[in-house]
Amino acid sequence: MHLSGRRDGTLFLSSIVRNALVGLAAAGVVSCSSPSPQATAVTAKVSEPVTAGSPKRLRILTEAQYLNTIAYVFGPDIRPVATFPPAQRTDGLIALGTSRGGVTTQQLELYQKAALTVSQMALDPQHRAFLMPCKPASDAAADRACAAAFLKEKGRLLNRRPLTESELNAFVDEAAKSADGLKDFYAGLSIALEAMLVSPNVLFVTETSEADPGAPGRQRLDSYSLATRLSLFLWNAVPDDGLLKAAESGELHTEKGLARQVDRMLASVRLETGMRAFFDDMFGFDDFNALSKDATVYPKFTGQAMADAREETIRTVIDHLVTQKKDYRDLYTTRATFISPALAVIYGLTTPPSWTRYEFPAGSPRAGILTHISFLAVHSHPGRSSATLRGKALRELLLCQPVPRPPANVDFSAVENPKPGMRTARDRVTFHLENPVCAGCHKITDPMGLALENFDGSGRYRETERGSPIDASGSLDGRAFTNVAGLGQALHDHPALTSCLVKRAYSYGTGGPTEPSDRPLLSYLDTRFADDSYRLAGLLRAIALSHSFSQVSAPAADAARAN
Amino acid sequence: MTFDRRSALKGLLGGGAVTVGLPLLDADLNGNGTAFADESPLPVRFGTWFWGCGITKKIFVPAQTGKNYELTEELEAIKNVKQHINVHTNLTAYRDGTFFCHYTGWVVFRTGSAPVVGNLPLYESLDTTLANRIGRTTRFKSLTATATGDIRNIISYENATTPNPPEFSPMAFYTRLFGPDFQDPNAAEFKPNPRIMMRKSALSAVTDQIKALNGKVGAEDKARLDQYFTGLRHLEQQFDHQLTKPEPRAACKPAKAFKEEPAPGTDSQLIATRHKMMTDLMVMAVACDQTRVFNMTMSKSDSNTTKQGYEKPHHTCTHEESIDEKLGYQPNASWFTKRSMETWAYFVEAFSKIKEGDGTLLDNVLIMANTDVSYARVHSLEEMPAFTAGRAGGKVKTGLHIDHKGGQGTALSYTCLKVMGLEVDSWGTKSNQTNKEVGEILA
Repeated sequence: MHLSGRRDGTLFLSSIVRNALVGLAAAGVVSCSSPSPQATAVTAKVSEPVTAGSPKRLRILTEAQYLNTIAYVFGPDIRPVATFPPAQRTDGLIALGTSRGGVTTQQLELYQKAALTVSQMALDPQHRAFLMPCKPASDAAADRACAAAFLKEKGRLLNRRPLTESELNAFVDEAAKSADGLKDFYAGLSIALEAMLVSPNVLFVTETSEADPGAPGRQRLDSYSLATRLSLFLWNAVPDDGLLKAAESGELHTEKGLARQVDRMLASVRLETGMRAFFDDMFGFDDFNALSKDATVYPKFTGQAMADAREETIRTVIDHLVTQKKDYRDLYTTRATFISPALAVIYGLTTPPSWTRYEFPAGSPRAGILTHISFLAVHSHPGRSSATLRGKALRELLLCQPVPRPPANVDFSAVENPKPGMRTARDRVTFHLENPVCAGCHKITDPMGLALENFDGSGRYRETERGSPIDASGSLDGRAFTNVAGLGQALHDHPALTSCLVKRAYSYGTGGPTEPSDRPLLSYLDTRFADDSYRLAGLLRAIALSHSFSQVSAPAADAARAN
Repeated sequence: MTFDRRSALKGLLGGGAVTVGLPLLDADLNGNGTAFADESPLPVRFGTWFWGCGITKKIFVPAQTGKNYELTEELEAIKNVKQHINVHTNLTAYRDGTFFCHYTGWVVFRTGSAPVVGNLPLYESLDTTLANRIGRTTRFKSLTATATGDIRNIISYENATTPNPPEFSPMAFYTRLFGPDFQDPNAAEFKPNPRIMMRKSALSAVTDQIKALNGKVGAEDKARLDQYFTGLRHLEQQFDHQLTKPEPRAACKPAKAFKEEPAPGTDSQLIATRHKMMTDLMVMAVACDQTRVFNMTMSKSDSNTTKQGYEKPHHTCTHEESIDEKLGYQPNASWFTKRSMETWAYFVEAFSKIKEGDGTLLDNVLIMANTDVSYARVHSLEEMPAFTAGRAGGKVKTGLHIDHKGGQGTALSYTCLKVMGLEVDSWGTKSNQTNKEVGEILA
């Protein structure tokens, strides 16, 4: 089933069709043997279905969350060198791996090095002048009251809740002992702060729950856990003072109070930081950290171009979704973007002095973020393009459809490229498709990837490959097109495009993979997203205010871990 | 030398007692340089080395077995270190169910079990098993590095869900090993820093938090907190090292810091450069007894190493390159394997150049090197190759080619574990479970 029969040109989709296709997308893996969808109708729901809630999780702060937090608590100029290892990508997102992996001794070493830098900088003469809430009686001796005032204030933000008396006392004791031993109040305080920064309460987000008075027998996140879940979701940082106050006062557990806080967070400039992190993760842009191109093949693809390519797409996403609040689907057709000097060289445009808004002209093959250098270059080989890699990325990252791995002990000799007459990628790929062993999976990826063949492995436009003209026609789940603009439109209209974003955003927000039992909720969120013209803020709001977001399910996370 | 190394350092900073794992020094050795003066033997260290995408059997496997085998085309690069290496061929990894093309094979060698889901092993890797046994007293429990420049190229697992991410930047690796926290064992003066003692003490403020947290989480998360706690203990131990006067060690001569990072990229020459920088650091870390367990990766399992001017990266090449009719093999795929063998030879040779006792560092090391498949073109897990290098303090013979005749790959890993002193009756699961040692290499 596809949408080619829809001729009215509006964005409206009947709930039945939408949910049927969404159900298909939620089912996950694309079948190698029958890629054409067989949908089953699911009844649409307008109100949030009753769900089991989401599991409580123990998450480890990521490098970005840690740095965002440090910047908020101590000021943006305190930035330690913190190369914390990334979590393992889980169910499409690195963020979900943070609720699974453990901490190695090496990792702890890195946390400690960062903690040392932060604690020394925060209490150096320049910074303590405005970070200290008090002055010690003497710079050369312990002052428990003043140390406690500082540790209590910063500790509340770093721990995302007020420290208990015994927790605070433990740190104040160490500050006092060290201050007396070293005859230096600030050195002592700095040592206590360093210890706090490597403490499990700071590095781990431990979600805790309480009985839900509104739903007898059910558990909900306690208000501090809810505050942290919200702020990691929307800001990729720990709660600010206002959010903690809302948790302290109980405001966060009232319907209106929660909405007020969520709306405040959505309106904050920090939403950009949060959404940058989310889309960078969802688009798999960590690949940029290890991207390299053969300089003899692509001399213009410099390190700067690489960094700028990542930024171009993220900038476009933020401008389109956060600033202009436009339809998510239009990201795949929009001609509006941003270019930098290094990118202009590859795009073949006049070099601007710095980052500047740019609109690709009508008729240009560049339309939608798929035609950005980022996607094109990341999903290519170092020295050539790859219709297969591009098609696979598109399926997995944007449609949430995992492409099956190659089977065991296949003799790949069929995939060889022995004939000198095979000049273009299409020649080679067609060869795959004629071989039944390869065709099963390659027909899922290649027909859409081929539409991007007018762009080489560095994202440059080309009309020929080895002297032969490139045919950029292709198809996506039964929808045929003749060029890349057609692919963009087919993707725009594909129901899995929006349901995939819903699934990713919900799992990102709740900190772990979705499970089959989440399907009714995801379906409900799909409807909400559609009803709000696929605007991001509406989706984030619907997720953050859903009962499933704040209600806690019985521990059943084990099954999800193996996912 | 009058310093009493066996006693804990007392009297420092108001009587705080410090216990540490002490570095080796020649003065402690017995007359013939094979053991400590009290006759406890020199530490034997364990390492691994990894390369991706296997071999080409017909130009890799030597025709003869035993000592006097002739080097083949793909093995030519190891000629300078042939006497230090054992070449193992014809090993089998069993997939026991779902197959992950470039993952299953090496995970069987390293963990003893075939994975059942992608990118997750079932158990810790053997280097972790050994690090938990012999790595507790050194500054670093183990060290892992990759020449690929990509932190995501995992080769070591702390447990099923916790990878040990590799060092991927030579400059950062240098700083970690020989930066400000390094105690130069040959420095004339040693003055313990009282601030370090305070910093160590302050960590105790954190300990109580763990108890409170343990009550709030499930069993799996509790294990994660336990792991954190172990890491915290290790931090305390690292502080102890900084508070202890290290003994002079003749072999410990760290080079100066690198002036700049090598260019990013996966080009074969860049990989070789990065591998050399990382290896030199790793060897010196072992010579300075900063660690006794180490892992080095040359390329990831589905190797993305590139050859200048050739459009297919290594992995793609193995699948798509046609067999040259005259040569009878894939010339570019084999070109990549030959570069891997050169790199492996460099790794072994680097250990052989450091003098220790009456021999070299390599004599007191055991290194196991393996890959993900045999013939990458078809992802075969039969006829797999591997190497061992070093004499493990005299426990292992070298210079041999052993045809395992289709035997379990895990037998080699099990042998390494036994040589390193692990007392287990068998290792691995299902078809990969073994209790066989490779007797041919045991001295």
